[in-house]
Amino acid sequence: MSAMHDPQGRLAENIVYFARALRAAGIPLGPGAVLDALAAVRAAGVGGKEDFYWTLHAVLVKRHEHSVLFDQAFKIFFRKRGYLERLIAMMSPEATGAPPQAEQPMASQRVLDALFAGAEKIEREKQEIELDARLTVSDREVLEKKDFAQMTAAEIAAAKDAIKRMVLGFDNVKTRRLTPHPHGHRIDLRRTLRASMKAGGAIIDLQYRGPKTKLPPIVALLDISGSMSQYTRLFLHFLHAMTDTRKRVSTFLFGTRLTNVSRALKEKDPDEALAACSASVLDWSGGTRIATSFAVFNKQWSRRVLTQGAVVLLFTDGLERDPDARLEFEIDRLHRSCRRLVWLNPLLRFSGFEAKARGIKVMLPHVDELRPIHNLESMRELCQALSVKGGLETDPKTWLRRVA
Amino acid sequence: MRGMTQKTYPVPGSIDDTLKLLAAANYLADRSLATVLFLALKMGRPIFLEGEAGVGKTEIAKVLASTLGRRLIRLQCYEGLDVASSVYEWNYAAQMIAIRAAEAEGEHDRKRIEHDVFSERFLIKRPLLQALEPDPAGAPVLLIDELDRSDEAFEAFLLEVLADFQVTIPELGTIKAAHPPIVVITSNRTREIHDALKRRCLYHWVGYPTAPRELEIVRAKVPGISKKLSEQVVGFVQALRKQDLFKSPGVAESLDWATALGELDAVALDPATVSDTLGVLLKYQDDIARLEGGKVKELLDQVQAELRAAE
Repeated sequence: MSAMHDPQGRLAENIVYFARALRAAGIPLGPGAVLDALAAVRAAGVGGKEDFYWTLHAVLVKRHEHSVLFDQAFKIFFRKRGYLERLIAMMSPEATGAPPQAEQPMASQRVLDALFAGAEKIEREKQEIELDARLTVSDREVLEKKDFAQMTAAEIAAAKDAIKRMVLGFDNVKTRRLTPHPHGHRIDLRRTLRASMKAGGAIIDLQYRGPKTKLPPIVALLDISGSMSQYTRLFLHFLHAMTDTRKRVSTFLFGTRLTNVSRALKEKDPDEALAACSASVLDWSGGTRIATSFAVFNKQWSRRVLTQGAVVLLFTDGLERDPDARLEFEIDRLHRSCRRLVWLNPLLRFSGFEAKARGIKVMLPHVDELRPIHNLESMRELCQALSVKGGLETDPKTWLRRVA
Repeated sequence: MRGMTQKTYPVPGSIDDTLKLLAAANYLADRSLATVLFLALKMGRPIFLEGEAGVGKTEIAKVLASTLGRRLIRLQCYEGLDVASSVYEWNYAAQMIAIRAAEAEGEHDRKRIEHDVFSERFLIKRPLLQALEPDPAGAPVLLIDELDRSDEAFEAFLLEVLADFQVTIPELGTIKAAHPPIVVITSNRTREIHDALKRRCLYHWVGYPTAPRELEIVRAKVPGISKKLSEQVVGFVQALRKQDLFKSPGVAESLDWATALGELDAVALDPATVSDTLGVLLKYQDDIARLEGGKVKELLDQVQAELRAAE
């Protein structure tokens, strides 16, 4: 039987291509997902376009943020081919369902690139999209891709080596979980009983359990505005090394907007990770809007990443253009949502640093620690400091007193 | 016996049937949700529901259990949840007594004692194990609520349960469900659940309902509410969700508010009543402060203008 007369075959083929397009657009899908999708479509006995859409959605989308990509890819994929209705007609004797829902906003470049890499016939649409993208970006942003290759090769190698050799502090925190422990505080009846059975049941040798410890999650907020541009590359290396050794590290970059690059930094190779980072960020070396970025973080991310006793590392020089009451409100909320807020400020390298800038003055009362971070030595100190409580020299109040 | 008194209902045969089934229990769902539920029932896969608090995620499991006539087994997750409180535990006190009794009777065969002590008689079954047991009313509905509150170690453990619907007890062996339970997992997204777990489930994001849908929900769940008041309540809540709030009110809050207004014998919304009852809708002081000083009246006027225009 040829493929034309075999709806199942056709369907499988289409779903494979569609899954491939989704994968290229950034939705991680394994081959198992395609089989699942086929099984689901067969199980649902598709009647209309909407059902077909939600059936595939149920199986192929595993994260809320992927819904948008799926939606755009679905509309483009099945519209351009003009195909879906015929496909459904082949699948079921019923008439096709209602026409698609109201117009959606234009598809993102990511989806278009994934679907039409190498095809010329959609060139026109692609250009429209590019124009669209340009319009949405604020004029203050500098849409330049930061060239990571500006550091000399020798410097990169030296810095990378040094960062790799850094041993992170183990700031273990107690969890509510218990684990076998020689000096624990609770009797472990299960192990006691098993041990006593081994000995014939005559002796009862008590076994104990104590609290289990684990490393708290780390959330890094890294300022990538123009005034910080000399440092961002090194900091990203540092964060990559940290992501590599610890389980739960989330990294956000902010300039004029906030970008989550945690996934990009999970790449094993630091160069690939940094390249992936730079590809996803639009506002390298632009201005800073600290308050706005914090507001976005507090609203959209804090409830998702600041659970289970997270430590926040804030990399910024605190030079906000127009600090207002909003900055104080947002930093206060950030401080209240995490276990420990550590401000890493490269400006502290100057011996004559004084907390005079208004942005710095506003933020200082709301951080737990203020530390320098401008060379490998200060990074090393940070690693050690993570495991102990900050001393007097890192207490933000010391800096405020000096200005007062 | 429970199995004799309860009636078992067949699993719905199509997406339309699923919608009807949910509507019969006063749960008004979108077609997208009905599709996911139907697929989960048909393919025997767990459902993973994510969404803001108060959009009716937990309710879905309850409705499924009641409409299908199944038993509902709920596992509320929390930090530190472990196997002893989620799957099984041995009844140590009873075991100790059994050992002493065996010894008193002159039994000295260690193997024999061990075999007797680690038998099902001394096993305390927790929710996950209960869900794998056969039930005359059909496989139960297992609700794993707020999975994001548990820690990663528990998530890893769930993989075995959800993939094969089996649990391994070292002393007893592997217990496998003859009929896999209907599993509903909910998460408020206070942290990301690992992809490996999500991969085994059908995913659905439960969002806020549209205005007409919410109106239906309010009227179904708060009987006796007047047409005018219900329209105003829904209009106001929908307008609130468009504001820049830290936590938007969910459907549960709408229902609470409608009930509260009913208790206060309100027939229509006015700025004073709204301000006095705002604590039912908004749970953050910053959000409430944002609506002070004329903002409530402004929103209310806007809602009333829209309602008048729709008439």
